[in-house]
Amino acid sequence: MALFARTPIAPLEYSRTLWMRLWVGVVMVFLYAPLIVLMIFSFNDSKRNVVWRGFTTKYYEKALGNDELIEALLNSLTIAGLATVVSLALGSVAAVMLWRFRFPLKGAIDGTISLPIIVPEICLGVAFLMFFSMVSWPTDLVWPFNLAAITIAHITFCFPFVTMVVRSRLATFNREQEEAAKDLGASEWQVFRDVLIPHIKPALVAGALLSFTLSLDDFVITYFTSGPDTITFPVKVYSMVRFSVTPEVNAASTLLIILTVALTFVALKAQGVKAIAETH
Amino acid sequence: MAEQDWKTNKRSFAAVSIPTLFWVIVFFLVPMAMVWLYSFGENRGLTEIAISGTLENYKRATDWLYLTIFGKSFAVAALVTFICLIVGFPVAMAITFASEKWRPWLLLGIMLPFWTNLLIRTYALMMLLGTQGYANKSLGTLWEGASWLKTLVGLQPLPTWEPVQLLFNNFAVVFGLVYVHLPFMVLPLYAALDRLDRSLIEASLDLGAGHFRTIMRIVVPLAAPGIVAGVMITLIPALGAYLTPDLMGGTDSQMIANVIERQFKKANDWPFGAALSFLLIYAMFILIALQSMRRKVPEIH
Repeated sequence: MALFARTPIAPLEYSRTLWMRLWVGVVMVFLYAPLIVLMIFSFNDSKRNVVWRGFTTKYYEKALGNDELIEALLNSLTIAGLATVVSLALGSVAAVMLWRFRFPLKGAIDGTISLPIIVPEICLGVAFLMFFSMVSWPTDLVWPFNLAAITIAHITFCFPFVTMVVRSRLATFNREQEEAAKDLGASEWQVFRDVLIPHIKPALVAGALLSFTLSLDDFVITYFTSGPDTITFPVKVYSMVRFSVTPEVNAASTLLIILTVALTFVALKAQGVKAIAETH
Repeated sequence: MAEQDWKTNKRSFAAVSIPTLFWVIVFFLVPMAMVWLYSFGENRGLTEIAISGTLENYKRATDWLYLTIFGKSFAVAALVTFICLIVGFPVAMAITFASEKWRPWLLLGIMLPFWTNLLIRTYALMMLLGTQGYANKSLGTLWEGASWLKTLVGLQPLPTWEPVQLLFNNFAVVFGLVYVHLPFMVLPLYAALDRLDRSLIEASLDLGAGHFRTIMRIVVPLAAPGIVAGVMITLIPALGAYLTPDLMGGTDSQMIANVIERQFKKANDWPFGAALSFLLIYAMFILIALQSMRRKVPEIH
């Protein structure tokens, strides 16, 4: 604490001044208190979410026994996984295209690729609703093909983020490495696989994390794209929150929060906080 | 080595450009074009929509009712962005000037909520802000404390505490949007502040300017690109926010996204919804154009 600082505070050590610490502390409480309360109340032995009535795990059993909820969660994870894989491939390919080549209409194509980031979610949702109803996309396919429409929508808004991240990483690539590889007899594909991919790996990890969480997070676009029978976790939680606020929602949310935190730590283990932070 | 002309290596160019262009055209431009075309259409019967080139939908969007909703959405988004900037700037400063040991953890602290599900965060906030929630309880305790203090100094105690309505009104929408968007603001601010030349700040302090003056005259102008980026990154999603006003707002806190949703899910007026969607997109374009215009103005100083 600044009050007990042994060394005097240097002028630029803003984060050691008391006011700054209080401010950051209050902001952190603001960001985390609701989530922590939510997690604590998932163990509350009461139907209503307001008064603490003792510890129980029965809402976890209830949430895990809720077939619809589990199905929704599985759907969401499947969509996120598929969307991440395709977004990584598509996003890196687009980044390589924009980084490596000069071609007509480059500025326009560059702008169009990043448009899905800017276009409001609701407009993208509306566009997919119209698109899939116009092409009369079948809605009664078997799992996992019934998730195709949502997955396609998710890829469209995820891959530009991958492109952005990969492109900024490619900017630091030393092209002499590529030339050296080619001089030593590597083909285009070998250069891509053995030289370029290892260089952009941190960006790929960051991009994968970004795509996965964006896809898992998305409510609005999914809400418009999903057919009557396909349900994802956010859509399910939305209808649960709409109709009644129960500890079951807390339990399910807690599980998802833990999943998110675990994923984050896996990514951090792989790349370190700084590398991930820099990609934002 | 500069960028390669696509003609010199057509096969590699095809390998990277065909998938990209295919996806962007089929799954982005075509759907967007459909919305655009529909916005010039009209309903004929229950499911049939004729694209007749009418401007009726856009005319209807200039009705007083929709103009006020647009105005209100802008006002809410601007207020949210402003609050995020005021709250987030010191946080970004603290992260920038934190010790090597602390900085990654502070960053992580800001980023974790950013990665947590938006719906879950909204729900968590709703729990807290309800009339029986902890926010009201804390306020009640404070109120009783104040009342107790007043009796202590011999004044009349305050009237008994009535829970205030913190949810389902405009306050809740602004509060919820700030909660959700704060990380969006802090991260670009941090990125800009981190690149700052610290000797300039030291020089300003050495030459006798106070901390506040140094921040206002040196740090803020130098970090302006980051501030603009943060403002845009917060303003754009806040303007198109759907979930927060839907779940936390009252009947009068509708934002533009909620009106669009209603045209598709309830009113079944797709052409009008399409017109509103495109008006929202045009608004975004104007904001972005303003930002890039600002960037092109040469620095005089």
